[in-house]
Amino acid sequence: MLTEPTAADDKIRCDACPVMCYIKPGAAGACDRYANHDGRLVRVDPHILLERTVSHGGRLVPFQATGDWDGKIVHEPSLFVTAIGAGTTYPDYKPAPFIVSSEIDGVDMVTVVTEGIFSYCGVKVKIDTDRYLGPETATVRAQGEAIGHVTTSEYGSQMLSLGGVHHLTGGSKKEGRVTCDALMDLSNCKPVELTIDGGATVVVQAGHAPVVNGVAEERMRVGCGSATIGMFAKQWLGKVDEVVVVDDHITGVLSEHQAGKLLDIADTGIKMKGRRSTPGRYFQVAEPGTGWGGTKISDPLSVLGPFDAKKARPGMTMLMVSTTGEHAAFYELDEALKPVEKQIPAELQLSVERIQENCEPALCTVLFMAGAGGSLRAGVTDNPVRLTRSVKDALTRVTSGGAPVYVWPGGGITFMVDVTRLPAGAFGYVPTPALVAPIEFTLRLSDYAALGGHMDHVRPLASLKGNTETLQISSPPSAPGRRP
Amino acid sequence: MTRTPLIRFLADGRRLNLQDGPIDLIVEASGSPANLRAAYAAASHRFTDGLLDELCRELPLLRQAADPARCLLQGKVARRMHDAVAPFAAGCFITPMAAVAGAVAEEILRAMVEGARLDRAYVNNGGDIALHLANGEQFTVGLADLPDASGLLRTMVVHADDPTRGVATSGRHGRSFSLGIADAVTVLARTASQADAAATIIANAVDLPGHSAVTRRPACDLQPDNDLGTRLVTRDVGALSGGEIEDALEAGAASARELLAAGLIDGAALRLRDEMIVVGTKTVELPGLRAPLRGPVAEGGLHV
Repeated sequence: MLTEPTAADDKIRCDACPVMCYIKPGAAGACDRYANHDGRLVRVDPHILLERTVSHGGRLVPFQATGDWDGKIVHEPSLFVTAIGAGTTYPDYKPAPFIVSSEIDGVDMVTVVTEGIFSYCGVKVKIDTDRYLGPETATVRAQGEAIGHVTTSEYGSQMLSLGGVHHLTGGSKKEGRVTCDALMDLSNCKPVELTIDGGATVVVQAGHAPVVNGVAEERMRVGCGSATIGMFAKQWLGKVDEVVVVDDHITGVLSEHQAGKLLDIADTGIKMKGRRSTPGRYFQVAEPGTGWGGTKISDPLSVLGPFDAKKARPGMTMLMVSTTGEHAAFYELDEALKPVEKQIPAELQLSVERIQENCEPALCTVLFMAGAGGSLRAGVTDNPVRLTRSVKDALTRVTSGGAPVYVWPGGGITFMVDVTRLPAGAFGYVPTPALVAPIEFTLRLSDYAALGGHMDHVRPLASLKGNTETLQISSPPSAPGRRP
Repeated sequence: MTRTPLIRFLADGRRLNLQDGPIDLIVEASGSPANLRAAYAAASHRFTDGLLDELCRELPLLRQAADPARCLLQGKVARRMHDAVAPFAAGCFITPMAAVAGAVAEEILRAMVEGARLDRAYVNNGGDIALHLANGEQFTVGLADLPDASGLLRTMVVHADDPTRGVATSGRHGRSFSLGIADAVTVLARTASQADAAATIIANAVDLPGHSAVTRRPACDLQPDNDLGTRLVTRDVGALSGGEIEDALEAGAASARELLAAGLIDGAALRLRDEMIVVGTKTVELPGLRAPLRGPVAEGGLHV
């Protein structure tokens, strides 16, 4: 490829086709498929625009290079043709003339008179943290622009809903551009700093731990302190007199907790600081921080008052542990009923490790979500639901960059995909602004024929090599449901 | 680099997509299965039979202003491009490239119609469309606001006994640069290449020269080898008053009426922001309504 910049202005000459465009840095050639990126010729269309894919060639049918079709959706050894690199007719938008097929409202073709907007997409972000990120429905910003909102909390996680058509195209130009950039970066597994109105600043990167107000999360806690008591009470029975699970949210105390009562665990005369919620459950035992259980303490005894001499007795044992098991200490009361730290007995150490084991690494996960319904409704096929039905009936399998997707029930083809399962750089954008994502429709050759496919134009996989990226996947996507 | 033209059927299993370099065609025909097969084979064959290479061999000349009096071009498609722009070349700067999309669409359609007996066929080259209609057949062309719109702004019916066999759209949003500010000008003409050239001319005429809200840049700053050279092309259009929109559209409509009177087009629909002017005798309908000849598009038509 002729990519040497010419001296004067870094324009390069593309030799992808005989037009041989000169392309300036940051610009694309006549086809809009190849561009000059920092003096390098790059292909900028390796992503099929979602809706255009459905409307303009969504099906990529993998064919084996040799032998007879064996009926498998993907032929071994898992060579799977993705939409990445398949190209799109989008660049031919001028201004996006758009042809729908016949018979919709008696119209044979449609010329679109303004720029096409394919913006029905966004990301759902799950951030594994118990730290307060912000109130529900609070605006989430990137570079000061509103790009989404905080949605419901899930267990051990905070959820954000980012992007969508209103932020992409319903607000200011800058809002749309910043939203588009943030969505693309998140989808391409790059870190993005988000600020939440009335809440925290969090750095989100798919597959990595969230960084909340400058502090990286490490583990999701197994549950709140109270829940931890509930889960492990039986394992502690008979091995220790008292257990305190230190937690920023609800600190649990075994002997007072319902779980302890049910096991007939005796009172220990323990005295907790903080505000008692219900028996054995305490709020605000300490300020939030990065110490034990999300509090700022480094000495767990600081959350205790003096033991009640009427109930406590010398020699009583106590385990103090954080909700993640990262911190733990074992104490024995001396003659003055003061806790003295001792080596944790092996059997209690086991329970601490069990807590750790149940705390999964804290991650940010990003699901890209987009809908391909609009174009279908516009009558891309002569029967607008045909492709949808084919997908819903599992005759046609939908993947995104080869990754499995979840297709929402109901109308249209709205799907979600874990962005970490796509190849690097799989997402692109158009200045509309809108995101460009790969999507593939895979179906049996026989079904393709049954749908009126023109078999004489079917191309063997081998002919795609050289101008199409192929993706090796470790296991073929599971076959869709068997045909009825 | 070896390039492989893409030949495939679209998701509906019916429309053929041909793609090579900057050319991207959507093709559909109706007729008997045998004739369809023959037509698509002919289209694919012509497409891969040096179509792009032929054009590129003459690219330097195709990028120069057309001489209204003579044509030095050799290739069939190149000469068709020249013929389409020649009627305008005396009055303004225009290169054969203004008709490249329409001319390519026509060439593929010609190959199909010569190779098969078809009831109807179209070749859509990024919005520049060549039509074939056997006796009694018709095509309905819709104008939509957005591609995923569920309704249409307007529809135009092209009957076999109409002279129209080409539809083209030009405007400032597309891949090609525009000297004007029209969002879109859709033209009906006898051939796709003629429609393509005329749409370019009319879209250029929808303009507010010197207006501060219009951002323009030399074409060569954006694409070094663009045929428009140092001419200023529209990059952005800011806020315009209702009167300004009307003025700009009216300037384009005046151009369209001249072309209509000269027999160069059969009709045109000009759109800027929410305003649309329709020029020509062709029946243009709002779905469900008769279209007003000019004025704001009805609300129901906009929110499609």
